[in-house]
Amino acid sequence: MAEVTYEHVTKRFAEDAPLAVDDFDLKVADQEFLVLVGPSGCGKSTTLRLLAGLEEITEGNIYIEDRLVNDVQAKDRDIAMVFQSYALYPHMSVFDNMAFGLTLRKIPKDEIRQRVNEAAEILGIAELLKRKPRALSGGQRQRVALGRAIVRKPSVFLFDEPLSNLDAKLRVQTRAEIIKLHQSLGTTFVYVTHDQTEAMTMATRIVVMDRGRIQQVGSPQELYERPQNMFVAGFIGSPAMNFFDVVVEGDGDDLQLRAVEGFAVPVPPEKRAELATYKRRKVVMGIRPENIHDNDFQPPNIRASLVDAQVDVTEMMGNEVNVYLLVGGHAFLARVDSRTTARPGQNIRAAFDIDRLHLFDPDTEQMIGLPAEVRASAPPAESS
Amino acid sequence: MIGRAWWIPWLWLAPTLALLGVFLVYPSVDTVRRSFLDERSREFVGFDNYQTIIDNPNSLAADTHAALLNNMLWLTVFTAVCVGLGLIMAVMTARVRYEAAAKAAIFVPMAISFVAVAVIWRFMYEVDPDVGTVNAIFSELGKDPVAWLNNTQSPQRPFVDLPPADSPAPFQVNNFALIAVGVWNWTGFTLVILSAGLKSIPDDVMEAARVDGAGEWQIFRRIILPIMSPTIVVVTTTLVIQTLKTFDLVFVMTNGRFKTDVVATLFYKEAFVFRDFGVGAALAVVLLLFVVPIMVLTIRRFQFQEEIR
Ligand SMILES: Nc1ncnc2c1ncn2[C@@H]1O[C@H](COP(=O)(O)OP(=O)(O)OP(=O)(O)O)[C@@H](O)[C@H]1O
Ligand SMILES: [Mg+2]
Repeated sequence: MAEVTYEHVTKRFAEDAPLAVDDFDLKVADQEFLVLVGPSGCGKSTTLRLLAGLEEITEGNIYIEDRLVNDVQAKDRDIAMVFQSYALYPHMSVFDNMAFGLTLRKIPKDEIRQRVNEAAEILGIAELLKRKPRALSGGQRQRVALGRAIVRKPSVFLFDEPLSNLDAKLRVQTRAEIIKLHQSLGTTFVYVTHDQTEAMTMATRIVVMDRGRIQQVGSPQELYERPQNMFVAGFIGSPAMNFFDVVVEGDGDDLQLRAVEGFAVPVPPEKRAELATYKRRKVVMGIRPENIHDNDFQPPNIRASLVDAQVDVTEMMGNEVNVYLLVGGHAFLARVDSRTTARPGQNIRAAFDIDRLHLFDPDTEQMIGLPAEVRASAPPAESS
Repeated sequence: MIGRAWWIPWLWLAPTLALLGVFLVYPSVDTVRRSFLDERSREFVGFDNYQTIIDNPNSLAADTHAALLNNMLWLTVFTAVCVGLGLIMAVMTARVRYEAAAKAAIFVPMAISFVAVAVIWRFMYEVDPDVGTVNAIFSELGKDPVAWLNNTQSPQRPFVDLPPADSPAPFQVNNFALIAVGVWNWTGFTLVILSAGLKSIPDDVMEAARVDGAGEWQIFRRIILPIMSPTIVVVTTTLVIQTLKTFDLVFVMTNGRFKTDVVATLFYKEAFVFRDFGVGAALAVVLLLFVVPIMVLTIRRFQFQEEIR
């Protein structure tokens, strides 16, 4: 059980290399399930490995509880880590793999046996204890790796993409097990993944990273409802958010967003104040596929604005249909009721839920109406 | 194997078996046969030749017992030092930036023939400090030059003051000096093979151990060593065979004088200088008898390793 503090942590691998981790500043509360998520190469693993003591900090401080650990070796940090490749010791049996950390700590044999058996029982690998890692399936190895971490009873658990080598079904199942584990162990978890679904389902709090920088920190719901910049908006949520270039037109009650493709969407009253300084200027309008409906099957109680669009492709997902739409040559995606009659080539009337619009400044890519202090702590991703 | 004739595997093995038969089995059997015959391989003499080796009379080309002991010294010290140094260097070079250069430098002697190496080191060991590099260093350190290849005193003699006295075989300065040359020549080999073995251990396995609480020494002992043990066994076996065959280095550097003979040089002298094939062959058989258990043990261990993988 422990709190982890990153204090303006920076990591640079070589003099001329860009920062792998850039001014990472965050407090992880005790018993939190923190998920670091971001695209490949954004520095998630490096951030985690800095905490594990497997990489040296270039600048800044890391504290576990109140202890400054910058110069503490990995072996003395009282953390356990599950690697993407599982990193089991190939020459040891499953039992010895799990017991290794305990043996090094000179824990009595009886207690080791008891702890290992207990963990093996929880993970359903009790009958595999005598086997070598070579003789296990991927899913079983993954469990052993988890078990090896659990028996240690560390103060912080670290996971680096532990599910990415599992098949889809096993991944969902193991995801649930890790959540359960977090609840029963009551330990701080820091978990790295590039899969936003994993992040959304598991985290109590998510850190979205891009190019070494924190883009936004918040609960899954916060990130989904109020993404602070276009990067987070596009990264969180599946399928990804649609973006339109629009111009703010009109005045007062008549304020509307005119897309370059021609259609216009009225601005809901709560958003009018935020747009005061954007009159006759370009902004970026974001709307999630699940907030665009087929007009014929509109859910009740939404404020919709109708847009005529041509159907390009449809994908039946079962409960819903993904409809790829075209308006003025701009492609976007709607996730509509499965009863839709939309067929490729036809025109349909798409209903945009205007209460679910996200507006961004095209230059800073920040959400419009973001309080100034938040904006300062989350600088924009430079567009390249 | 369904539908395959039983003899097909043998067909593929045949060339190898034929070569082994001609160059290994036949000479071995013939050597055993000759060890029971007289010096011209004409009459059966029973175990006389072996008795001669045990009796070790002065009429032999050299002291047989000393030669056997010298060979044992080679086997243990040379092998242990080569493997130990190779392992340490493999672990150390993996941590430096100029790894390739360091390994190349250590490997270079391997490219030189044993005879050339012997000639080079005869100069290195020259008593005159103006010629011999080793003694030049010794005189720089204020020590007396040592006749490295003639000195039959105990091995610590060049470094600490002791009353001059012959040391019981095989613990002599000159034996260790010869072994040192062998080590210089062969460490590159062990380094390269062991280093490749080390590279095959994934980084994250060692990182996992580190996070699990293992210090560098524990990682070495409990992760690196066991994972590398098959490689170490292969290297050790190669070196053991190498030491049992030790010949050219001793032959060129001392020709076995000052009690530095090993079984191979003795066997050569008996058979081809003294022309006593009986005793020569008996010596070869004794050598074989030493090799076989070592080979069996290493192969057993190797199979065991394969099994646990
Ligand atoms: N040992 C290293 N030496 C040099 N550069 C490195 C090293 N490790 C990582 N980097 C660089 O640091 C950046 C961040 O890498 P990191 O492994 O943290 O990414 P990641 O977010 O975990 O990506 P992925 O999802 O692909 O695992 C990358 O640009 C990478 O090239
Ligand atoms: Mg990674």
